[in-house]
Amino acid sequence: MNVPGERPILEARGLTRRFGGLVAVNNFSFSVHEDAIHGLIGPNGAGKTTTFNVISGFYAPTAGRVLFRGLDISGRKTSALAAMGLVRTFQGSTLFQEFSVLDNVRVGRHLGARAGFLSRLIGTDRISEREADAKARETLAFFGLEELAGEPVSNLPHGHQRMLGMAVALAAEPKVLLLDEPFTGMNPEETRRMMALVRRIRDRGVTIMLVEHDMQAVMNLCDIITVMNFGALLVEGAPEAVRNDPAVIEAYLGSTDGAGHAS
Amino acid sequence: MQAAGTGGLVRRTAWRLRLVFLFAMLAALPYLLSYSQQEIAVLLVINVLLVCSYRLLTLTGEWSLGHVVIMGVGAYASALLAKQFGVPVPLSMLLGGCMAAATAALLSFPLFRMKGFYFLIGSFAAGEIIRLIWKRFTDPFGGPKGLKRIDPFPDIEASFLSVDFYEPVNYYFLALAVVSVSLFVLYRIERSRIGLTFHAIHWQDRLAESVGVDTFRYRTLAFVIASFFAGIAGGLYAHYVGAVNPTRFSVDQMVYVLVWAIVGGTATFHGPILGVVVLTVINEIVLRALGLDTARPLIYGAILILSVLYLPNGLESLGPRLQARWRRWRGGPAAAGREPA
Repeated sequence: MNVPGERPILEARGLTRRFGGLVAVNNFSFSVHEDAIHGLIGPNGAGKTTTFNVISGFYAPTAGRVLFRGLDISGRKTSALAAMGLVRTFQGSTLFQEFSVLDNVRVGRHLGARAGFLSRLIGTDRISEREADAKARETLAFFGLEELAGEPVSNLPHGHQRMLGMAVALAAEPKVLLLDEPFTGMNPEETRRMMALVRRIRDRGVTIMLVEHDMQAVMNLCDIITVMNFGALLVEGAPEAVRNDPAVIEAYLGSTDGAGHAS
Repeated sequence: MQAAGTGGLVRRTAWRLRLVFLFAMLAALPYLLSYSQQEIAVLLVINVLLVCSYRLLTLTGEWSLGHVVIMGVGAYASALLAKQFGVPVPLSMLLGGCMAAATAALLSFPLFRMKGFYFLIGSFAAGEIIRLIWKRFTDPFGGPKGLKRIDPFPDIEASFLSVDFYEPVNYYFLALAVVSVSLFVLYRIERSRIGLTFHAIHWQDRLAESVGVDTFRYRTLAFVIASFFAGIAGGLYAHYVGAVNPTRFSVDQMVYVLVWAIVGGTATFHGPILGVVVLTVINEIVLRALGLDTARPLIYGAILILSVLYLPNGLESLGPRLQARWRRWRGGPAAAGREPA
């Protein structure tokens, strides 16, 4: 069993994101340690997805910083972050639906299959392309999808599409993988298999941060959980501690002592 | 493995034979045409390059309304380089293509902040600005009247060979050679990982970006390559016709490019070629024979509407559809009989 390292690999410090008058994320800080499976949870509208979008470079933070391996990456482009080893997945079946399964993962190998324009033109990129192809098939095999390599994505059942989404991200060889609701819309059996896969990805040396609504999956999978509410940090700790924290229970189920803490 | 290898070989040989046949047809074509039809054939070959280069840009999902103006940038640049600086014409054409590409690279900074409809309108505005510059600055662009007496392509005068490019037949072969090489390059680009990445950006730009594709750079790359070849088409046009003016590169002309691309279909490489060839033949031969050639916009409009309604994937989808129908029609009764088994 891996034990999360001491060194934070991904940190947010005083992260704030406003949309007009709305403060979606408010002075939020956390740190993800190397080799951890780190959960980010919170009630609907707590700012989890916005946090993800800021970390992954889709939005620039209004204030605060994001650090990746000690380097300030706030506001950098998503593609630049991917090149550094920070890769995200998307909710649902966000895939290249018109491509074959293999071609999806081949696009995921974009960074690993470098070649000049001229060598693409005259076909001397064959060596790096063959390598990318082998790597893509290897990634598919890791997810047990190798036999579907030639299938069009639209023929795949939902569970397989979700795994393929993860395969595309993994093909980019991330150091940190951000999973956006990896278990949504899955039945218990699919969730169980997906959880095992996430653990195996972590065992390959990939640090994982995930946003998820399936509490049982989060509690069973994560080493550490950060709970957000109203855009700010509520509680952070091990799953058992978080599960029994009165503040968390209140955030999810509402106040137990009447209107005492109405916002 | 071996069977697949020989199958590939057979397919490749069949492909090559088809290509040889095609080039033989294209080589024989001008001798079957009248002089004025030969002139049309030259313009058709140039338009094939224009619409194919346009398709490369559409692979990324962006449709521009400035492509014909970009062609004009190539035409003006090549003409001016030859007229004012005495640059030899083949070289000026190449530099015209580079000028068009550089213009696109510059324009991509404002334009690729937008997507979809906004990009479409932005590209139209950018094109109009370029056209206004041509109109406003009589020196060196010649104002609304444009440039005239552009140097023709130099004749080849060797002891054993003499080729006069004023003759449409000869210019046809020149254009055919340039366009064939250009199409080959465009085809190679599309079949390489670059083409895969363009498609990926079209279908899911955020996913592509998340695995490290710099979508801005790749959109710019598509725009620059497309513009380079549009510029080459412009150079071929300028030194053939001998005159260019801002009206020749107006949005009316752009609409024709759109109609060729849409009626032909943009899903395959050959779709737009089919579109421009079929519509040119309809326009120049059928309509002219019927004396209806002034009704070209009307008839093009009707063809566009009909093809969008009944052939949404373009003329390119007609072949496979007819084939399927033919097979069903032939195999119909027999297949119905076999069904229970």
